[in-house]
Formats: sequence, C-alpha cells, structure tokens
Amino acid sequence: MLYLLWILPLLADHKSRSYLPWLLRLFAALCLLATGVQVWAQTQDQAVDFATQSIQLAMSDEPRSLNSIKAVDAFGIYIVEHIMDGLLRRDANHQLVPAVAERWEMHGTSARFWLRHNALWSDGRPVTAHDFVFAWRTVVDPATASEYASMMYVVKNGEAINSGKMPLAELGVKALDDYTLEVELEKPTGYFLQLMTFIVFFPAREDFYTAQHGRYFADVENMLFNGPFTLTKWVHGAALRLEKNPSYWNRDAVHLNLINIPYITNDSAARFSLFKDGKIAVEDGLVGIVTEQLHGALENRFRIHSHSDGSQFYVEFNLRPQRPTSNLNLRKAMQAVFDSQELVYKVLGIPGYIPGHSLFPVYLQGVKAKFRQEYPVPLPSLDLAQARRYLQKAKQELGVDNIPPLSILADNREINILQTQYLQSLFKRTLDIDLRVDVQSFKQRLDKMHTGSFDLVIAGWGPDYDDPMTFADLFASWNGNNHGLYNSPLYDSYIKTAQDTDDQQIRMDAMSKAQQLLIDEAVILPTYERVISTVQHPQLQGLVFQQTGAQMVLTYARVVE
Amino acid sequence: MLNYILKRLGMGVLTVWFIATATFAAMHLVPGNPLANEKATNAVIRANLERQYGLDQPVLTQYVIYMGNMLKGDFGIAFSEENRSVNDIIRETFPVSATLGLLSLLFATAGGVMWGALTAIYRNRWPDYLIMFLVILGISVPSFVFAGLSQFAILHLNKWTGVSLLPVAGWGSFRAMLVPALVLGLSTMAYLTRLMRSTMLDVANTDYIRTAHAKGLSTTRIFLHHQLRNAILPVITVLGPSIAIITTGGFVVESVFAIPGLGRYFVQSVAQLDYTVIMGTTVFFGAFLVLMVIAVDILYGFIDPRIRVEASR
Repeated sequence: MLYLLWILPLLADHKSRSYLPWLLRLFAALCLLATGVQVWAQTQDQAVDFATQSIQLAMSDEPRSLNSIKAVDAFGIYIVEHIMDGLLRRDANHQLVPAVAERWEMHGTSARFWLRHNALWSDGRPVTAHDFVFAWRTVVDPATASEYASMMYVVKNGEAINSGKMPLAELGVKALDDYTLEVELEKPTGYFLQLMTFIVFFPAREDFYTAQHGRYFADVENMLFNGPFTLTKWVHGAALRLEKNPSYWNRDAVHLNLINIPYITNDSAARFSLFKDGKIAVEDGLVGIVTEQLHGALENRFRIHSHSDGSQFYVEFNLRPQRPTSNLNLRKAMQAVFDSQELVYKVLGIPGYIPGHSLFPVYLQGVKAKFRQEYPVPLPSLDLAQARRYLQKAKQELGVDNIPPLSILADNREINILQTQYLQSLFKRTLDIDLRVDVQSFKQRLDKMHTGSFDLVIAGWGPDYDDPMTFADLFASWNGNNHGLYNSPLYDSYIKTAQDTDDQQIRMDAMSKAQQLLIDEAVILPTYERVISTVQHPQLQGLVFQQTGAQMVLTYARVVE
Repeated sequence: MLNYILKRLGMGVLTVWFIATATFAAMHLVPGNPLANEKATNAVIRANLERQYGLDQPVLTQYVIYMGNMLKGDFGIAFSEENRSVNDIIRETFPVSATLGLLSLLFATAGGVMWGALTAIYRNRWPDYLIMFLVILGISVPSFVFAGLSQFAILHLNKWTGVSLLPVAGWGSFRAMLVPALVLGLSTMAYLTRLMRSTMLDVANTDYIRTAHAKGLSTTRIFLHHQLRNAILPVITVLGPSIAIITTGGFVVESVFAIPGLGRYFVQSVAQLDYTVIMGTTVFFGAFLVLMVIAVDILYGFIDPRIRVEASR
C-alpha cells in the first residue's frame, strides 16, 4: 500500500487542471461497487464444527438445475437428492429403504406404494400421491422438454405421451387416494424400484409448481422441499447453503445442521489449498482430487478415501460397413494385443483405477452377489502370433496389402490423449497399423461421435440406475448411444429377454450372454473403471459415496469430537 | 462537440451490430450441438428440447428473432443453466468482476505510473534495470502462474502465523479481494510501467522541460508539474480499453480464487457451445469496450487542451 503515497502529489496538484475529480470519481465508484456487491456473511469459517454440527464444502461447478423434473448434471442431482425425498431412498449400505413410501408391492407390471402420513412439504402440508402423479406427468410432458424423460418410459404410455401422441392423463400412474399410489408399467421391469431413488421420480406439488410461472426451483424463493435438508441460500456460481429440514419425517436420523458451500471453483489446486487451510471438509466428493495432489495428500497424511464413481470407459469401434473396423478379424487382432492392465498400471498410473475387462463394472449387483462374481469374464490372453493370424485374415477379407491408417477420436482431456498415444504406439509396434489421432473439443467430439466420423473412439458411460441393464442396452441396435452402430440380432434378443421379465435369474443370464458376445465380437476394448479419491477431515464421519444418483451423500454424516 | 459524440456513438452501435452478427455466424458455423451431451437423448426428447430453445427454426429466423430480442435488451435464456436468463447472469456476476477489476486497475495505474516514473528518473542505472526486468517478468509470465504462486504463499503464510491472515480463496470481504486484484492487475501494471517510462523519456527531451530547467525550477517541481502531467496522457488512453477488459473478468484469476465473476462464462460458454451466453457475453463486452474507447476519446479532449482545439476546428 505504501506506493499509493506516490500518487498523492497528483492529488495535491491544485494549481493546474486537477486530476482530483477524476480520481475521486474512480474511488467513489469503487467504494460504491464494493458495498453494492452482496456481502454474504459467513457464520463460521472452519471446515467442521462439532458443537453446531456444521460443515463447510467447496463445489467444482455450479449446479445447472435444481429442478428434480429437469436436472441432468451431477452437481444438480447431488443437491436435489439432499433437499428432496422420493418414494424410496438408499441407506448408508446402498440398500433400498422406505422414504415417502412406507411400504410397497410389485406384481408384474403393476406396483402399489403406500405413502406415510408424516411426510411433509417444508410449508407443513403433507406429501400426497397426487404430488407424484403431477411430477411424473410433468416429466413426460413434451412441453417440459425434460432430458431424462426417457427414464419415465418404463411407466405405461410414457413414451407415447412424451412424443405428443397421447394426453398426459394416460400416463400409467394413479392416486387411489391421498396416500396410495398405483403405477402401471409398460412391461415387467426388474429394476423399477431402483428407479424410485432417481430424481425424475420425485414429487412436485401442482399448486406450488404453477404458482412459480416457469421458475420452479430457479431460486431459493421458488423452492419447496420434502427432503432431509432445505436450501436456504443459492448465490449462482458463488455459494449454496443447506440447513437441516425440521419438518423432514426422518429428521432424527439426520445429524448435520448446516452444510455451507461458500466456494465454487473448477480449479482443483485452489480447492486442495482450501482443504489444507482447514476451510473445507472434503476435497472433492464429486470429481475427486487430481493425481498430482494425491502425492501431497499422502505427504500430509490426510485420510484418503477411494471409491468407484460408476463410470466404465472403453474404446468403441465403428462398425459401419465402409469402415475397415467393421471387419471382425481386424478388431480381434487389435483385441488380442490390447492389455488394459498395462494401460492402467503403466500408462495412466492413476491410483485405484481398475483395468477394464468387460462392459460391466465390478460393483454392479447380480442375482445374489455381484454380477461380475456370478458371471466372471475370462482374462484376455495376449497372443501376438494369434493376433497376426487375425490380421492376415482381415487383410485378405478387406482385399488390401496393408491396413489403411485408422483414425482414433478423443476429446482434449489429458487422460484421453495419453490413451490415444499408447494405442498408437501399441498397434504400430505389434500389428504395424497406423492410428491417426483426432483430438477435438468436447462438443465437436460428440458431434463426430454421433455422426460416425471415426474408426475408433474413446468413450465411456456412467450408470443411470443400479442395474447391469444401464450398461447392457447401450449396444442394442436401437440405442442412440451405440455410436459404432453395432447391430446384432442375437445381442438384441438377449437385451429384450432381460427387459421383458422381472425374474432376476433370467435377466442376469441374458445379460451375461450379452457380456460374452461383446467380447467375442470385439465390439469394444474395455479400458478402465474410474475411481475417485477424496481427502476428508478426520472429524467428519459417515459420508456415503454412490455410483448412481448423488455421488456423495451427506444425509448420514456427522461431525465427531 | 455534441455532433462529434453523436457521430462516434452511431459508429459504436454499428460496430456492436457487426460484432453480434459475426459472433452469431461463427457460433453457428462451428460443428456441434449446444444441446448435445455425453448421453445422447432420443429423437423425441431432442425435438422437444430444440422446440423449447427455438433451434427448430431456420438459422436466419433464429437470427432475426435473436436480434429483435437483443434490441429490447433481452439476451435470452442460457442453455447450460436451466431457468437463468443471460441478463441475470450478467447482472449478478458483472458487479463482482467490476469490483475486482477496478481495484486491480487502481493497483495497476498507481504502480505503473510510479514504477514508470522511477525507471525514467533512474534511466540506465540499476533501479531501472531491476524494474524493467520485473516488468518483462510481469508481461511474459501468465497470470495463472502468479495466481497459483500467490495462493501457495497465502497458504504458507496462514500456516506460519497460525491465523487466517488472508483467505486462500473466496469472495465477500475486502481482505479476499486484495491478492486476486493484485494478481489480475499485474500485467497491466507492467505494461503501463513500460509505457510510462518511454513517454517520460520523450517528455524529458522536449523544449519546455529544458526551458523550465533554464528558468531555474527545482527538479522535483519540474518532475511533478511538467513531466508527469504530460507523460500520463497515453496511460489514460490505454486505461479506457483496460477498464473494459479487466472489469469483465479474468477467467484464470476468478477460477483460482473461487470468485463468482463473469470471467468463467466467457470461457465455459464457448466450450459448452452455449449460444445465448456466448452472444450475451460477447455483445456485452463489445458494447462496453466500444463505449470505453469513445469515453476516452471524449475525456482526452478535456484533459489535453491541444486535442480539444483540434476537434473544434
């Protein structure tokens, strides 16, 4: 500040035309703006506080929407699951437990939910079956344009209504009375109850919704809660504040009184600095700390927790007939030299990442145990001689002496560029196939992927619900995310079998056959399952991490002494 | 004078229209869909979304609608944040960026004028070399390095003193603004120092300074009353556009210090191909910049009598 004194002579220059008014005006404007900007008081500025059971957190991005009917982003879903309550909820051990619904019954294509009488909205009025009917109809209403409306297609007539071919009232959901909800499904759906924890199935009250004139959940004053917490502050891009909901039916199970989020920044180093400075309790529950900072975390002896975020990554081949990669033997040659373990352990080197061997990640639930335990996949055998025989056959079938250069599409994130480089050197070294790397920014990569301008693409998928089907139907011929246009009647039949019954044994058997077919036909090269590492304040206990829905759940957390 | 101002403003409006049109065209030429996501939506949902955002119309119709709304001062609804108008985004985040920006400009101007004057006085002696070395550093080292380093320094300062002397990041108190403002203003300060140095040296060689010396005025008086006042003019010229640039937010500094400013919308909207936010931020910035350039030109006339004479002729 000392050097400010240097401009004093300028201010004191009264003889000639003075700069005083100009500088004063600048100064006044500055002061005015400084006071004009909303100054939010922070009740407490520490990561955790035992006495008040409050914690402070940072977020890496602003929620794009907190409206349970329309939200699609991870940050929005994370907050919504804390301020709203659906029919069912997952407990700390990921098991389905009653929430607004006290009990339920499912028979084939019909389900009935009995709602508890003590579930209240934050204005004191009871949550009724009508609120679910209204919310579900709003989700499939074409005018709402909800991106996750497709989740509602399991309910009878959901798709027809969403396409504008049927009126809203035809949706297969009815309120028999205030506290009984009856659902009719399109067909037996083995994972229907799992869906009840997903935000598009949460309730919304009609009178409140319409009173917001299209600004439902746009700001704090347009919100009505029925979950464990209420949102009391939302300064866009800057801060959020969640407080325990005193009218929540299960309030005794909620320990935290206050979750203060005064920092939103996508700079991971900044968030890690905040953690080291004792300002935030977790870094980062949603996107994880980056590898460089894991080192610092180890050095500081921070408590590190790793968990799968549910996403499976893979290299997808383009099977359009004009592409060389539509040749099975060429794909099998590449499959025979590709080693996901080498990629994960030697190339990526990110602690915790699991080498991929299947489309289905290891955490998915099967009939009784984990799907991958019940239906293990054979570990790939690396066989260069066999690979070269496949390659020879491929060349004959394609009628070429050399495989033309193949393009590999990836977006510009470092981890993807690293993979393209590895694959480039691998396929050149072993099979003498040239890969041309096509790095694009996010939206351009999506564009090229959806229009099929690639031979190989680095892709991935995060689950929408806790069932292998969320991955299995990706490669069904009718799925819009089947970028390589894999079209196998056999595969489709497995998926239909699994989709048309709620018998878990039949479903899982069918999906295990689908799993094997993807390997036999080398449709994808599974690369890795992503794992997220977080550092947590030692006094914060009971955090829950999930693969679907909100990635981090604070509902069961508490601050210990 | 009024005529001159009106003419300049008219040209300004034309410039802004050109900026808006060029941005609109460029934005639609870039491949990619603003509504596309990692998870592809089915045709039905995509159609519903496109209808909601008016993307089902031909591009020319979209352009006409957009320009019409813009004339009414409505930049539309953001694609990437449900239910938020671009007007709201600018209204809420611009004051934050502007506060930070003005503070950093205060640092930059005060520092730039002072260091520049110092180097001119100590020309070709060690303070000159030292400051000019730092200036080159300030211009060439990108701000994310300074931002990261200063945050690192604050962290260790807090640890060392055992109290939170300065917040590592965040927004809301004057304390939180100091370091980000300094970092944000650093390159402008360096630039102004160089500018100030060269104009100071120019002025030092003029006849009227020699005359002042001959009159027997004290060196201090010549420095403050004659040299500095004349040399500061180019600084003011540069300051106009600088205000527009700095007060509309520095993406890196805002991100590192978790400051809820306008800066991130400039960068993220392009990555997200968020049509309305790209248009809103670009047009807002363009209009602001044009206005500042005009303002400086007008102000110049008041500050420097010679220019006013030229203009009135």
